[in-house]
Amino acid sequence: MLLNKFLKASVRSGIRLQTSAAASAAASNNTSLGFSFELSEQQKEFQQLARKFAREEIVPAAAEYDRSGEYPVPIIKKAWDLGLINGHIPQEYGGMGLTIFDNCLITEELAYGCTGIQTAIEANSLGQMPVIIAGNEAQKSKYLGRMMEEPLMCAYCVTEPGAGSDVASLKTRAVKVGDEYVVNGQKMWITNGGKANWYFLLARSNPDPKCPTSKAFTGFIVEADTPGIIVGRKEINMGQRCSDTRGITFEDVRIPKENVLIGEGSGFKIAMGAFDNTRPPVAAGATGLAQRALDEATNYAMERKTFGKVIAEHQAVSFILAEMAMKVELARMAYQRSAWEVDQGRRNTYYASIAKAFAGDIANQVASDAVQVFGGNGFNSEYPVEKLMRDAKIYQIYEGTAQIQRMIIARELLGKYKK
Amino acid sequence: MSGRVLVGVKRVIDYAVKIRVKPDNSCVVTDGVKHSMNPFCEIAVEEAVKMKEKKLIKEVVVVSCGPQQAMETIRTALAMGADRGIHVEVTGKDYENLGPLQVSKIMAALAKKEDALLVILGKQAIDDDCNQTGQMTAALLDWPQGTFASELSMEGDKIKVVREIDGGLETIKINTPAVITADLRLNTPRYATLPNIMKAKKKKIANMKPADLGVDITSRLEVLRVDEPAQREAGVKVETVDDLIARLKEAGRI
Repeated sequence: MLLNKFLKASVRSGIRLQTSAAASAAASNNTSLGFSFELSEQQKEFQQLARKFAREEIVPAAAEYDRSGEYPVPIIKKAWDLGLINGHIPQEYGGMGLTIFDNCLITEELAYGCTGIQTAIEANSLGQMPVIIAGNEAQKSKYLGRMMEEPLMCAYCVTEPGAGSDVASLKTRAVKVGDEYVVNGQKMWITNGGKANWYFLLARSNPDPKCPTSKAFTGFIVEADTPGIIVGRKEINMGQRCSDTRGITFEDVRIPKENVLIGEGSGFKIAMGAFDNTRPPVAAGATGLAQRALDEATNYAMERKTFGKVIAEHQAVSFILAEMAMKVELARMAYQRSAWEVDQGRRNTYYASIAKAFAGDIANQVASDAVQVFGGNGFNSEYPVEKLMRDAKIYQIYEGTAQIQRMIIARELLGKYKK
Repeated sequence: MSGRVLVGVKRVIDYAVKIRVKPDNSCVVTDGVKHSMNPFCEIAVEEAVKMKEKKLIKEVVVVSCGPQQAMETIRTALAMGADRGIHVEVTGKDYENLGPLQVSKIMAALAKKEDALLVILGKQAIDDDCNQTGQMTAALLDWPQGTFASELSMEGDKIKVVREIDGGLETIKINTPAVITADLRLNTPRYATLPNIMKAKKKKIANMKPADLGVDITSRLEVLRVDEPAQREAGVKVETVDDLIARLKEAGRI
């Protein structure tokens, strides 16, 4: 069947430029330059493992999960068995304590296979990040530890029907009653909402509208089976359809004070701090999608003939492919820089926003271009690129919209120039 | 008995890569081309690791002959569960001329040195398709061989091997120590897990040269020329069966 032929052709020829033996030999001697694009041996092995898993396990199953919208439990379980998820969890809690860079390498490879599946996996990282950066020993041990014992999911529960970009305007209320907090409110678009074992929840703990944002919110860890949590229906979305996205209602949900992160009023900083660590992997995911679109389009262009030659030999088409390639390479460099910055211990907000904004935008452009290269076939569900175009859109929306990223970049940029 | 299994692994051009012949027809292009472990070698490693997990053997030692890059292949095997590696360094012209006879001499020497209970190899490499190394190694050691194995079971100090042959399946029982070559259906190789990749870094890889084993690797073969398979020519359509018969007669086919 044509679909299989193209799937196999594109997955197998893997037109990714590999470093030649000569170049890598030279690079290993070349520490004097300081700057290097060379991955370590271990990073290459991680990347190889993730790539193999994505090509052999995710790619063949992706189209069906997209059609049915079914949550990809078997694939997530296999990825968990191989240690491909929860990479951020520190070694003290049974995790691998991988750097953000290493995580990004793996994320890009998995996203190449299917961004719906990869988002379900990435949502774990987003949910865990507040605990990793702000949790105390007991919290980390309990909530991160259990993720390593079985393939559990968690979720980052911040967005509301009335508050997306404007996190500070969220309305979910947390009121201290004795040794507990009672939470009431509505959350929306929560990835893994229906599958999570626990949530990171951001709620307003200080009702005074004059209270500064930095003191008005509290971050909680909430067990998903706490009475009063009502999980909404699975939302049917344009793309990444197998990822589980839901509204969650909190009706007099009681959270013990032990589950407060840092302390009452510290929530906003924690919620935002997580992003510096999770935006690079999201950018990596968008890059993986774009790379897939580029591979599929290029393979197709070398086989489809028109006007007497393969379409890749028509400059109009080869120029489209060239521009797709430019964007993919640059997006990759951008996320790698932002990941490297945070791993060096520096504040990477500027680079993380640049990477996420750029990768999200180009993923959409490249996916759309891929459909164009495929022509009529591209519009059809028998070919893999229309799914890429549908999947790409969310990268300009979640984890900070394209517009919010630009606000952040402008703020950081102007900050550098302030006299 | 040492309970030690020696597994040979070969670094070959990845199965998915389109092979190109060098313009001077001397050999195939390998520069900048993706390489990986020979698929049958993966199956061999998997079988050895499985035997160790079942506590039938004690140690899996993986061997590869070649230049520096052979270390990557050894490390992949370590990440799958092998205990330690041996890299037999062969470079340049020697590596280009390295064939089954030379490798089997090295494997035989190592099998004796390591006091191996079993030598498990892939049935053939996907680059040269020789299907000789296992058989030659057994002959040099004067050990029994169980080739094209699709099933293995230890029975005391003997091994029962189910072999895939043209007519179907053949079951034999051979003494140990023995040489086994792995066929496709022996098992499905595992993915190395991320934690195992990290652990593999701490496993030892010993380095040596063929001379250290007293092996002479001069080749008795010289490659004269390498060509791509002939391009498939266009066929001819005929209108009737009579036409077909006439054409076939003309071509001397019937």
